[in-house]
Amino acid sequence: MNENNTTPEVATEIAPELAAIANGLGLKDGDYKVELDIFEGPLDLLLYLIRKDEIDIYNIPISRVTKQYLGYIEIMKMLDLDIAGEFLMMAATLMLIKSKTLLPPEERVEDENEDEIDDPRLDLVRQLLEYKKFKEVATELQILEGGHSKTFSRIEDEIPLIEPSNKRLVDVGIFDLLTAFSDVLKRGEIEEPKELEEDEVSVSDRIVMILQTLYEAEEAVFSRFFNNLSSRMEIAVTFLAMLELMKQRKIAARQSEVFGEIVIILREGEND
Amino acid sequence: MTELFDTETVQTKEEDVPQDKVKSIIEALLFVSKRPMSIREIKRVLDDDVNLKELEILGLVEELKIDYIKEQKCFRIVEIAGGFQIRTQPEYSSYIMRLFKYDQTERLTGAALETLAIIAYRQPITRADIEGIRGVDVGGVVRVLYDKGLLKILGRKEVPGRPIIYGTTQLFLEHFGLNALGDLPKSAELRRQTETQIKLKL
Repeated sequence: MNENNTTPEVATEIAPELAAIANGLGLKDGDYKVELDIFEGPLDLLLYLIRKDEIDIYNIPISRVTKQYLGYIEIMKMLDLDIAGEFLMMAATLMLIKSKTLLPPEERVEDENEDEIDDPRLDLVRQLLEYKKFKEVATELQILEGGHSKTFSRIEDEIPLIEPSNKRLVDVGIFDLLTAFSDVLKRGEIEEPKELEEDEVSVSDRIVMILQTLYEAEEAVFSRFFNNLSSRMEIAVTFLAMLELMKQRKIAARQSEVFGEIVIILREGEND
Repeated sequence: MTELFDTETVQTKEEDVPQDKVKSIIEALLFVSKRPMSIREIKRVLDDDVNLKELEILGLVEELKIDYIKEQKCFRIVEIAGGFQIRTQPEYSSYIMRLFKYDQTERLTGAALETLAIIAYRQPITRADIEGIRGVDVGGVVRVLYDKGLLKILGRKEVPGRPIIYGTTQLFLEHFGLNALGDLPKSAELRRQTETQIKLKL
């Protein structure tokens, strides 16, 4: 391997594969398929390089791998692909490891318990091995998923399973919820924003907020989720988030008497 | 409560309800249930009239299981997520998909599978620890998996920042056709961390 490769030459060497990748094609290479238009992350890219060149993971030629890795980063830039920060951090890590391996042996840190010098590649290799194990088992899970997806059971939601009862409280109907929602809107403090908000309040954020609140306190009254909200938009989005969670059967709304205070609780999960 | 059979004619003592009648009752429950039913759940339904121990109920379910195999039915009883379920055999999948007009059953992406694998084997686990293994941000993937009901929040770790800890759900087991987490492939090997003493060649 020519150690004097400049970036453009490295690019030429690996470009055919990347050209295919950039076109969104899969490239068959032996038993595995190089898919995606971008690698999932730096570890993914490193494992790919290791596999491609049949590198022994217990003896990584750090200079060569670093050069190739940097070459890929350059190409991703050329193709105008979004490069996550983690790729750049790994580039720095690789260069650091490389520089440490270039130090004369006496200047490296010695492990007291062994004669061997602490290899600067160790942490990276450990991380790669760990990730590799999970990548492999993910493939096995995919096979399980595939096999299982060919079997079917009753699909329509005709008869609900027997639920563990929280029977003091009765399930709240949609009109009760709408009434409660309208009560919240009526509260005096609500101001219409003068101009459109820059930050959108997302349903996802609200969903997380609702769940977090319920994790801390087993249950909470309906109005609690709307405290400290001043805009109609936020209130509406929060209510939507609540309805979505109810639809997903993650939370439930109960009231102990007709037209009583509505309490939101976390569902334990139908399968428990 | 008991609309399954006429209470006038059936006695409340177990000896008076013939075994094969009870077996059919269990079969009916499994037939209508949308989710896997545990022995305990079956017993809860039966208990008003039929007094059987869990082991006896299990025995009847096992008999049904064998019946279906012997009679070469298009379905089998499988043990999934700690319960039992009637499911069709794989050879009929294309016809069933035609019936429901599915193009492809829903499958997870590589990133989702990897992230899910990490959580499944290492739960309870925080997002930071997941990212430590995958080397990338997992926020989006975790969100998707959570929305699909494959993950759940177990609580918070009592350390500064109180990060959320994640685990997998019953639905996760169902999605992969597993009975319990111990049935995950290479369970013993992956549940522990990669050995710290790796010998590198110089």
